[in-house]
Amino acid sequence: MPVTSTTPSKTAAPAEGAASRKGGLPRGGRRKREFTTRRGLAIVAYMAPAALFVAVFTYYPMVAGGQMAFRNWKLSDLTDTSWVGLRNFADVFADPAWGTVLGNTAVWVVGSIVPQLVIGFALALWLRRRFVLRGLYQALIFFPWAISGFLIGILFRWMFNSEFGVVNDLLQKVGLIDEPIAWLADPDTAMVAVLVANVWYGVTFFAIMILAALQSIPDELYEAAALDGAGKARTLFRITIPYIRTTLALTVLLRVIWIFNFPDLIFGMTGGGPNDETHIVTTWMIKITQQGDYGRASALGLLVVAALLVFAVFFLMATREKKGARP
Amino acid sequence: MIGKESTAGRAVKFVFLGGWLLFTVFPLYWIAVTSLKAPGDIFRFPLAYWPEHFSLENYSGLFGTADFGTYLANSLIVSLVAGATATAISMLSAYVLARFEFRTKSALLMAALVTQMIPSFIALGPLYLLMTDLRLVDNRFGLILVYIAVCIPFCTVMLRGFFENIPDALEEAAMIDGLSRFSALFRVLLPVMRPGIVAAFIFNFVNCWNELFLSVTLMNSDANKTVPTALNGFISSFNIDWGSMSAAAVLTILPTMLLFAFASRHIVQGLTSGAVKG
Repeated sequence: MPVTSTTPSKTAAPAEGAASRKGGLPRGGRRKREFTTRRGLAIVAYMAPAALFVAVFTYYPMVAGGQMAFRNWKLSDLTDTSWVGLRNFADVFADPAWGTVLGNTAVWVVGSIVPQLVIGFALALWLRRRFVLRGLYQALIFFPWAISGFLIGILFRWMFNSEFGVVNDLLQKVGLIDEPIAWLADPDTAMVAVLVANVWYGVTFFAIMILAALQSIPDELYEAAALDGAGKARTLFRITIPYIRTTLALTVLLRVIWIFNFPDLIFGMTGGGPNDETHIVTTWMIKITQQGDYGRASALGLLVVAALLVFAVFFLMATREKKGARP
Repeated sequence: MIGKESTAGRAVKFVFLGGWLLFTVFPLYWIAVTSLKAPGDIFRFPLAYWPEHFSLENYSGLFGTADFGTYLANSLIVSLVAGATATAISMLSAYVLARFEFRTKSALLMAALVTQMIPSFIALGPLYLLMTDLRLVDNRFGLILVYIAVCIPFCTVMLRGFFENIPDALEEAAMIDGLSRFSALFRVLLPVMRPGIVAAFIFNFVNCWNELFLSVTLMNSDANKTVPTALNGFISSFNIDWGSMSAAAVLTILPTMLLFAFASRHIVQGLTSGAVKG
């Protein structure tokens, strides 16, 4: 399991391809050095198609989009695309809706990540042990992953429908509510609804990643813990979690970045409504793009990138510090 | 073994696992049931959890009044061609990134990661202008080119993970036997990697099949719309026709769900080996 290469351990070195490859390196390295030019040409030739596509259709538009943030770039008036300094950024902050958008984004990210992590962790722990039909179970809970975020938004929009939605019907059947709730008409319940949909979607990813990491923990560790009389909770907090901490941290980091950049579900489910009160930063960006103000939308995009970079650096520093403290 | 489980522990475990399974499957069940009801029955109380009268009317409407067959065909063509091309191109880049050490390697991997961090909306305006210049707006070939570029970074990282699981010795032996590096890649590595390549292709296919915002931006005529763009048209109208919507959703979900079911084991392997290692 390659996951183990990010998981430091003093015990039994996991048998993995990397170990045998490193052993073979000196010979291969020497041979490769003899053909430096040919080797260089091969690298360039093999990388060229991928680099070309990504440069033209991804990087060029991104950079061009980035500089729009400092220009007056409105579809309504393309004759004046002059540089305006930081005006677009000022417009973003001056917008009365900005506070709501920021608050929603925080709720969206934290409210999605925490349940996804907890439920995903529980699933992974329980899926580690074999049981009848485990393979089928894993295949079934994998299904949400085949569906686009946009379509998931639509599925849950239908289920949370105020009149004919199955959620209201079920809640009334079990007696939790007396009257149907107009879920998507109220900003607070609408946020709850989109979070339910995103948890439904995202748990699988955590479960997969954590399960892979769990399977890299040597059984001997658990046997030793059992011999020492460690209970379940102690084993979980002293062995399991420390052992897979790096994977946990990386998975959370990847997911935070990804959920931040995931307007699709809200776009399909509420479209940012009612009254623009369920927008997160990226759906807000869609709205501004649709209004034709590319400059301000780009400014928003750059703010997202900056926020994510700062977060990634702090997050990695925080998790690395603990790594250094290890004996 | 991870130690003995108590009976109570087992009960909690299976209640939790069963509950989660129900929660996962129910939305899919519900959209399928909705789509199979006669259009009038969808809005009738009490809500029926099993259709009283099975009807394919919602589906036939999609191919009669709406042009859903065209959208499906467009999505299929674009996703197949873009998915396959991106897989082929990513194999080459992934091979280099797995097998060679060179100075710009970490920069290239970083460049692949950055594409995943930047909100795609920042690029939409300029991309539209670029495609206008290339006369590729509202053109399936143009959309294919863009989708290839979208798929490459993650596909490369994923395939690199698969390459790294195959020992060097395999193609070195082939090259000592006189094969060029290129033919060693295709004749020796490719057959071994087949499950990984299939998983990567399916992952690309599903991503293209599901992609919405680029398609909405670049394809505006009805004859060139892909399925997600058509669905977006359905929800943009003031009153959503949930009968057609549910049938369209089922037709959109079904192919990707079957593909994922077919390849889930290898996709899981690709995600955990490629993405975690980064």
